[in-house]
Amino acid sequence: MNGRMRAITALIATVLLLGGAATYGVTAVVGAISQRSAASALPAGIGEHNAERVVFRNTAAGADYGLVASVPAERPAAQRDVTGVPCDRVAAADHALLCLRIDRGILTTFSASVIDDAGTVVATWPLPGLPSRARISADGELFGFTSFVTGEAYATIGFSTAARIVGADGADHGNLESFTLLIDGQESMAADRNYWGVTFTDDDNIFYATAATGGRTWLVRGDISARTLTTVRQTAECPSVSPDGSRIAYKKNISTTASAHWSIAVLDLTEGVETVLPDTRNIDDQVEWLDESTLLYAVPRTDAVGDSDVWSLDADGSAPSELFIEHASSPTVVRP
Amino acid sequence: MYISFDRTSSAAPARSGAVSRVSSTVVILGIVSLLTDVSSESVAAILPLYITSALGLSTIAFGFIDGLYQGVSAIVRIGGGWASDRTDQPKWVALLGYGVSALARVWLLVATGFAAVAAVITVDRLGKGLRTAPRDALITASSDGSNLARSFGVHRMLDTIGAAFGPLLAFLILSMLPTGYDVIFVVSLCFAVLGVVLLALLVPARRPRAERLPAGAARPTFRWRNLADPRLRRLMLLAGVLAVLTVGDGFIYLVLQDRSSFAAQWFPLLYVGTNVAFFVFAIPLGRVADRFGRARVFVIGHIALLGAYAVAALPTGGIVVTITCLVLLGAFYAATDGVLAALAGEFTPAGNTASGIAAAQTVVAVGRLIGATGFGFLWFAAGREAAVVIVAAALAVAIAAALVLVRPLVAPKVVA
Repeated sequence: MNGRMRAITALIATVLLLGGAATYGVTAVVGAISQRSAASALPAGIGEHNAERVVFRNTAAGADYGLVASVPAERPAAQRDVTGVPCDRVAAADHALLCLRIDRGILTTFSASVIDDAGTVVATWPLPGLPSRARISADGELFGFTSFVTGEAYATIGFSTAARIVGADGADHGNLESFTLLIDGQESMAADRNYWGVTFTDDDNIFYATAATGGRTWLVRGDISARTLTTVRQTAECPSVSPDGSRIAYKKNISTTASAHWSIAVLDLTEGVETVLPDTRNIDDQVEWLDESTLLYAVPRTDAVGDSDVWSLDADGSAPSELFIEHASSPTVVRP
Repeated sequence: MYISFDRTSSAAPARSGAVSRVSSTVVILGIVSLLTDVSSESVAAILPLYITSALGLSTIAFGFIDGLYQGVSAIVRIGGGWASDRTDQPKWVALLGYGVSALARVWLLVATGFAAVAAVITVDRLGKGLRTAPRDALITASSDGSNLARSFGVHRMLDTIGAAFGPLLAFLILSMLPTGYDVIFVVSLCFAVLGVVLLALLVPARRPRAERLPAGAARPTFRWRNLADPRLRRLMLLAGVLAVLTVGDGFIYLVLQDRSSFAAQWFPLLYVGTNVAFFVFAIPLGRVADRFGRARVFVIGHIALLGAYAVAALPTGGIVVTITCLVLLGAFYAATDGVLAALAGEFTPAGNTASGIAAAQTVVAVGRLIGATGFGFLWFAAGREAAVVIVAAALAVAIAAALVLVRPLVAPKVVA
C-alpha cells in the first residue's frame, strides 16, 4: 500500500467509524423520543394522603422513567400515582420529600433537595458525586444523605463516600467525617475512614450509620450534640431502625472473598441477637420497614439495564421474599 | 480548543513558522491519543454511574480494583518499554497496546455484572501501560533536539483534548438517553478502532536503533546498562522526590469544595477545568522548555503546583480561588508531563528511549502513589488545611534543592 492508498483508506475508515457511531447514537435517541408518549400533566409533588403510602422511584421504561411515584401501602399492586419529580434516590416523610438527583447535562452535577407536598423546592445542597442513600427522620426534622465522591478524584483517593445530616430548621450538622469515631471505645485516627447510610431514631439526637476503615465495617450509633460515633456491631452496613426502635435491619457482607455478597440481617437491640434472613440474592440497598414485621428493598432486574423491583421479606425470616412493587427502586414508607 | 489545534497543522497561518517543524508523525500520534482518550474517558466518566444505577451495585469493590491496576500497569509499562527497545519496533508494540484496549471495548458491549466490567477495565489499563513508552519513543524518534519538548507538548495537548471531550460526550448522550450506556459503549468502540486504524496506516514504522547505524554494521542489542547515563539517574531521583510531594488533584479538589460553594457545586467536574488548562499550556510550555532548558522548566513547573497548594490553603474560597487553583494545576501538568518524557528520551541513547521513558514515568507514578497514600494519613492526622500547608512547605524545600541539583541536566547548547 503506498502513501496515497493509506491516506484514502484512513479517510474511508474515519468516515465509516465516526458515521457509524453517529448513526447508532441518533437512531437510539430518535427511537427513545418516539417511544415517549406525549407528556401527561403530572402533579408537582406527592400531595396530601390520609392513608399510609409507599413512595418510590419509578423504573418502568417510558416517559415516567426515574420519576417519584407512590402506591397505597395496603395495595402495592394498585395503579401508581406518578409525580413530575425526577429523583435517583428518594426518602419521604409526611409533607417532605428528600430527593437525591443526578442533574444530567453535558456538565453533569449532583444535588440533594427537600421538596414539599406542592412540589416546591424548600432547600438544596450540592453533592460531591453519585447519590447513594437518603433518609428523613419520622418527624420530618432531620435529613441524612450519602453520596459517593466521584470525578477524576476517584482514582487518587479510592472508594470514598460523604454522609451528611442537615435539619429542617436549616441547621447543618455536617459531614460525619467531622464526628469523633470510637471503635470499641478507642478513638480512631485511621486515614481511610468512610461513612454511609444514615438512619434516624425517634430521638432526634441519636442516629445510626455505617463506618468503615481498613476493609472492615461497623454499625455505629451517632450522637449529634456530642458529635460522636460509637461502634455497636461489626460487619453491618446501611442500617434501618424499625418503627418501634427495638431492631435494626442492615445489609451484611457474608462473602469470604474480595467481592462482597450482602444478605439482609436484623439485630434485636435489647437481646443483641442477629438473624440473617433467607433471601440468598446479593442485596445492595438500605432496607425500609413497611411495618413492624416486614422489610422492603430493591433488587435490580437482570433482564433490563437500570430497572429493578421492590421485594418484601418477613423481618423474622419465617418466609421467603415476595415481589412487592414491580419496576421500582428506593422504597420509602410515609405514615401520616 | 480549535484555535490551538489549528496552530499545529501545516496550513496554519501566522505562527506556523515555528510550530510546523513538529513532525506530522507526532501530530498523527496526538490524534490517535485524542481518539483513544475520547474512547476511554467517556467510559471512565460514566462507569461509577453505570455500576451503581444500571448494574445496581455499590462502587466499593471498584476502589480495590483501581489500586490493583495501578501496581500492575507500572510493571506492564516497563515491559512495554523493554519490548519496544528489544525488538526495535516501537510502532508495533504501541499498536498492540492500542489494539488490546480496543478489544476490551468490544467485550464491554457484552459484559454484564461487576466482575466482567472490572476485567474489561483492567485489560484496557494494561493496554494503556503497554503502549505509553513505545509511543513516546516514536515521538522522540520523530523529533530533533531543538523541538523535542514542543513535540511532546503538541502530543499532550491533543491527548488532553480527548480526555476533556470524552466525559462531555458521554454525559451529552446520557442527558438525551438516561439509560443509553450501550450507545456510549458503541461510540467508545468506534473511537478506539479508529485510533488503531490511523496508527496502523499513517504512522511510519520507525526503527530508532537501526536507523542510527551505517549500512552493514552489526546490529547492536538492547542492554539495561545503556540506561546508566548519570543524567537519567539524576532526573529519576529529582522526579521521584518531587512526585512523592505531589499529593493528587483529588485532595486539592476536596479542600476547595469545603470552602467554596462554587467548587462544591462543580466538584465532580473540576478535573475538566484542570484538563482545559493543561491543553492550553501544553504547547507554549513545551516551546519554553526547548528554549530555556527542559530540566529547568520541569522543576519550575512544580512551582505552579506549590502555587496550587498555597491557593487551596487560603482561608477564603470562591470562584476566583477555585479557577486560579485549576489553572495552576493545569500549568503544572503542562510543564512536567511531556517534558519528563522529552528529558528521559534525551538522556538515553537511540534504541533505548522507550525503556528510559518507561523507567522515568514509572518512578513518577510510584512516587505519586506513595505521596497520595502518605498524604491520606496526614489529611486525617493533621486536618485538611494543615496537611496542605505541611506538604507545601516540604515541596518548597524540595524545589529549592532541585533547582541546584538540576544544573548539570541543563545542557549549555540548549540554553544558548
